[in-house]
Amino acid sequence: MAQKNLLGKITEKLTESLLTLSGALTTIAILFITIFLFKEGFGLFKSPAIEDGYGLYVHPENPVNQLHPLDVKNMYDEEIINWNELGGANQEIMVFRIDDVFDYYTDEDLGENYSLLPEKLGYIISDHKNIIAYVPEEFAPSVTQGAKKVKVHNTTLSDFFLGKEWLPTATPSPLFGALPLILGTLLVSLIAIVLALPLGLGVAVYLSELADERMRKFLKPVIELLAGIPSVVYGFFGLVVVAPLVQKAFNLPVGETAFTGGLILAIMALPTIISVAEDAIRNTPTAMREASLALGATQWQTIYKVVIPYAGSGISAAAVLGIGRAVGETMAVLMITGNAAVIPSTIFEPVRTIPATIAAELGEAPSGGQHFQSLFLLGCILFLISMIISIVSEMISKKKTYKSL
Amino acid sequence: MKKIILGWLLILLYAGNLHAQRVKGSETVLPITQKAAENFIKSHPRTNVTVTGGGSGVGISSLMSGTTDIAQTSRRIKFDERKKIKFAGNNLREVEVAFDALAIVVHPSNKVSQLTREQLSGIFTGKIKNWKEVGGEDLKIIPYSRETSSGTYEFFKESVLKHKNFMSGIMSMPANGAVIQSVSQTRGAIAYVGLAYLSDKVKPLAVSYDSGKTFVKPSVESAKNKSYPIVRPLYYYYLSKDEAKVKNFIDYLLSPTGQKIVEETGYVPVS
Repeated sequence: MAQKNLLGKITEKLTESLLTLSGALTTIAILFITIFLFKEGFGLFKSPAIEDGYGLYVHPENPVNQLHPLDVKNMYDEEIINWNELGGANQEIMVFRIDDVFDYYTDEDLGENYSLLPEKLGYIISDHKNIIAYVPEEFAPSVTQGAKKVKVHNTTLSDFFLGKEWLPTATPSPLFGALPLILGTLLVSLIAIVLALPLGLGVAVYLSELADERMRKFLKPVIELLAGIPSVVYGFFGLVVVAPLVQKAFNLPVGETAFTGGLILAIMALPTIISVAEDAIRNTPTAMREASLALGATQWQTIYKVVIPYAGSGISAAAVLGIGRAVGETMAVLMITGNAAVIPSTIFEPVRTIPATIAAELGEAPSGGQHFQSLFLLGCILFLISMIISIVSEMISKKKTYKSL
Repeated sequence: MKKIILGWLLILLYAGNLHAQRVKGSETVLPITQKAAENFIKSHPRTNVTVTGGGSGVGISSLMSGTTDIAQTSRRIKFDERKKIKFAGNNLREVEVAFDALAIVVHPSNKVSQLTREQLSGIFTGKIKNWKEVGGEDLKIIPYSRETSSGTYEFFKESVLKHKNFMSGIMSMPANGAVIQSVSQTRGAIAYVGLAYLSDKVKPLAVSYDSGKTFVKPSVESAKNKSYPIVRPLYYYYLSKDEAKVKNFIDYLLSPTGQKIVEETGYVPVS
């Protein structure tokens, strides 16, 4: 008997410590993820604006010493074609990439482990007064032969948050302007919630107050089924069915727009909104309903004046959770919003959202590079948005107001 | 008894190592390798070929870390990658196993049927905005691109745009199939897809790389005789020390039977 008791106690203790451990582990994991996210993300501002280990070199007689990432991009895009636009001499710009070296020399010419490469690069640069060369720093052309390194400014906070161009793979100088992505995410989520909230609320009121038992038994599983459809299927449906419909209905040049994305996200957020709001409405005590009816109020008056105000905090929580679902959605928006990183002027234009950007680009971004860090920084922004949303929903659902009653 | 089993196991492991080869990398090359590997195993029963995708970059980094024997890529190896392999004391071998042509596609109702490289470059960098500038009707041009992680994106940028950047805010789609779908339902659309993905829902354009002297339509034939200009080689990379291990499979793929597989999967044979 005593032994049994002891065994029971040990099991109890063990379970207790296991539970504590799992709680601690989860907390540590979450903290770790958050720290990792922010550490990686903010590394972007410390990294050089052109790829690590690379440098830009010009002819020593060239007066240009410093360049902005945007200027470098425009040079390699042939938007800027003359050095005099950047304060240099009046001569055409000749752009040179490391792979071009094989147009001048063969692999054998460059020697064992490319030991002769710096020398050869030096020759190429001193031969061309108008050259700008983008080459790895460990093979930097020897300066004695005539080559000058050009400085490029780092990406700054305002470049990232206010920049309008998202060109993360442009070489030699990628541009990370996240403003179109942030605005795109917010716009799509806003459209989704504006469409989903009235509809979801209507369905919730109908289900809990008006529908008879048979109808509810049919509708409830159907709505829950909506939540079970994988998001990629929503995306596929949106691309093939909804996008052409939107295009025809509003006579647009393209069907993949912020509105299409918002529409699909609204459908995806509906189950969350409906079930949370319905729970809140059902939780209104029967006594209150009966009191209202007993005072002579009609059913509609009871719903409007008693039930909805009582369930107000629950309904707000439903709305906030719905927004949360829309903000973080990845696959469906990746397929139907067109993914164009522009600041939208109307809701009928393609947009690119943050989750879609991360999903589409992280796979091939070189780990630890600038592009990788910029995607983590986008992740930080998304994390902050989600955190604000969950704090707000927490605050709302705790607050129970009876003042209006 | 135990010793015998252990001995057998060792022999099995050894034999496995001798005849197993791993191929990893580009999703574009994947269908060719997969089909070739199936047939190769059938005709060489004591061998095994494992094929995985993941992207060209993934293939090459696996080659460096020794987790694959062959890296299949839809782009040439980059200087950085070449450098890393050389510095690790290995010699890289490159084999072209097939060609892939990129077709430029528009909506079937579009009257334009040919474009020069300069016009294409203008359209995708955002300088040409209306179809009437290239001989079509008065309609806004909607260029579709691929996501930046795709090898197709890289190749188009290199070949057609000559390394310039796409216009900022270009629409980008996650897959070849999605591109076809979008182009087929957007009147002003233009996009690029791999030749194997062409379908009746879109109209391919003839392209000129000599400023408009000759225009060539994309097809397996025109890609094979090199008259169609937007053609990229697909590569296998391996380390010279593994040559004995991978030679059989590569020889098989380059043989007439192997090249027939290439053609059947919708790509262009090398010979």
